[in-house]
Amino acid sequence: MEFSYIIEGGDFSKAGSASSEVKKILKQLNLAPEKIKKIAVAMYEAEVNIVAHAYKGVMEGKIDAEKVFLRFRDEGPGIEDVDKAMQEGFSTASEEVRQMGFGAGMGLPNIRKNSDSLKVSSEVGKGTTVEITSYINN
Amino acid sequence: MSGRNFHHALKILEEVCIGCTHCMKACPTEALRIRQGKAQLMEDRCIDCGRCMEVCPVSAISIEQDDFEDIFKYAVRVALVPSVLIGQFPRHYAARKIYSGILEQGFTHVYEAEHGASLLIRQINQYLEQHADPRPVISSFCPAIVRLIQVRFPSLVENIILLKAPLDIAAISFKKELMERGYDEKEIGIFYVTPCAAKIAAIKSPVGELSSPITGVIKQDDIFNKVYTSFKKEEKSTCIVPEKEQLRAEEMGWSLTGGESRHINGRCLAIDGISNAIEFLEQIENGSVSNFEFIELRACDESCAGGILTTANRFLVSERLQERVLKYNADFKEGKIIDNKSIDRHTEYLVDHIALENIEPRSMMKLDDDMEAAMKKMDSIQKLLGYLPGIDCGACGAPSCKTLAEDIVQKRAKTSDCIFVQNALAVAPGKPDKAEKIWGINRFDKLVP
Ligand SMILES: Nc1ncnc2c1ncn2[C@@H]1O[C@H](COP(=O)(O)OP(=O)(O)OP(=O)(O)O)[C@@H](O)[C@H]1O
Ligand code: SF4
Ligand SMILES: [Mg+2]
Repeated sequence: MEFSYIIEGGDFSKAGSASSEVKKILKQLNLAPEKIKKIAVAMYEAEVNIVAHAYKGVMEGKIDAEKVFLRFRDEGPGIEDVDKAMQEGFSTASEEVRQMGFGAGMGLPNIRKNSDSLKVSSEVGKGTTVEITSYINN
Repeated sequence: MSGRNFHHALKILEEVCIGCTHCMKACPTEALRIRQGKAQLMEDRCIDCGRCMEVCPVSAISIEQDDFEDIFKYAVRVALVPSVLIGQFPRHYAARKIYSGILEQGFTHVYEAEHGASLLIRQINQYLEQHADPRPVISSFCPAIVRLIQVRFPSLVENIILLKAPLDIAAISFKKELMERGYDEKEIGIFYVTPCAAKIAAIKSPVGELSSPITGVIKQDDIFNKVYTSFKKEEKSTCIVPEKEQLRAEEMGWSLTGGESRHINGRCLAIDGISNAIEFLEQIENGSVSNFEFIELRACDESCAGGILTTANRFLVSERLQERVLKYNADFKEGKIIDNKSIDRHTEYLVDHIALENIEPRSMMKLDDDMEAAMKKMDSIQKLLGYLPGIDCGACGAPSCKTLAEDIVQKRAKTSDCIFVQNALAVAPGKPDKAEKIWGINRFDKLVP
């Protein structure tokens, strides 16, 4: 099955709402609680990254018997050095974003920790695509 | 713990129920439906939080209790009372007077249910040191919250602390104390005076323990009415002096909001009210609040001061308990408190019996055990939602169009249960449709032809 949700950049009051919807779907599909927990963390971080760093984006998902695949595409500033961005503690978050409790530079490392595969591709000045895969039976 | 046998304290009185949908709309776990003009409970979803009872306009939802006369089957009859009970009475009635009033109803002992709290504080702090993961740890105090997590947040079940609530600790301790004083276990009946339905459910079908140390339950409002009436009549002023065992300050305030969290080391938070709790559990599930050590969650506004069986105003109850804490602290400073608690003599035994067994998730959200089947059902739900009007009127007997769609897919309901679908089928083509006058044409152009 497939689904997609729009994510608005800069609107922290709604950050996490797309993830909440998908979480509901995962619960309805009866995925193991530990799996849901990990996917929930990964997609929340990816969603917040669009809210915090990009202008607007979309989460597209595809679930089959084997895996949950989530793709986050955004229009935004892009990431200059993806390898660097993946390091724990690296963040370019603005003071404003930090005051909201984000910007520890833990988002991308957390996504990696909580998924089976993570692919980040980005074009500076255009946008970023984050692809997360979680296998259901492992 | 077989999982199938859920005991619920909340009962729908069919003769009284008018099938009005109030309860169905208020239920946080979508556990109610209307069938044959009456509210019907889905047993495996109900968490006994009591929100339905609160909103019922005709008092058709009641809480069952054990027959009061049952206490007389026991030679030793202990009333295990929550500290919020005192708050039900006007403030000029001293705790001692209230407890002697309870004894006059036929009990041989009154023991406060929070006596286990100071031991529990030490145990929780130790638990946090010994279990580094997962975080945050969630309190097991409120049984409605424990059940909410089981059915709606199965992935957070492992965050619930596996330690018993003070109520159980107090019951175990006092029973042991009485046995050491020479009573036979069979002679002892421990009756909990409950402020809510959730505690009854927890006692009758415990989660995480095989059986409860408590013999029976009595509703707080019932005992209040009995005792208060006897005060009013002033018939007997014998005032039996109850055994003197003082709760400590931290124990008196335990069941109020913040009662647990303020004694736990590290970053903690206290949240009361079921919708606040749900909102926060969502966040915990996202991993966005993982740098908390301990979260206290209570289903009722103002925690147990707002329990469904509370007769007095919840804020006044809370105020009275806080005053009791202040008075205790003042007396303590002046050396007036004799800290002689029987529970302190049983610490070792209690520590050995304080652990809860595993708590099982039992998701109510899953559409099917088999994922492929669940996916098919979800597709059907999406299709149905394309047809249903999205008004969530409840006239179909389900709390929302989405739940009706789920019910249809689960074969608990039919598409034609929707009155708008019925209307669309009934109206002859080209004729004006009354529903459209109210809701506009656009709303219905998607309804099945
Ligand atoms: N969608 C995105 N668009 C643009 N830049 C991004 C995006 N996602 C991440 N980045 C860049 O990568 C950096 C690291 O991201 P990461 O999620 O690890 O940390 P953070 O968002 O800064 O802080 P935290 O996630 O801990 O709140 C960000 O500071 C930002 O510079
Ligand atoms: S907050 Fe207290 S009174 Fe309310 S349901 Fe929970 S335990 Fe019962
Ligand atoms: Mg981030």
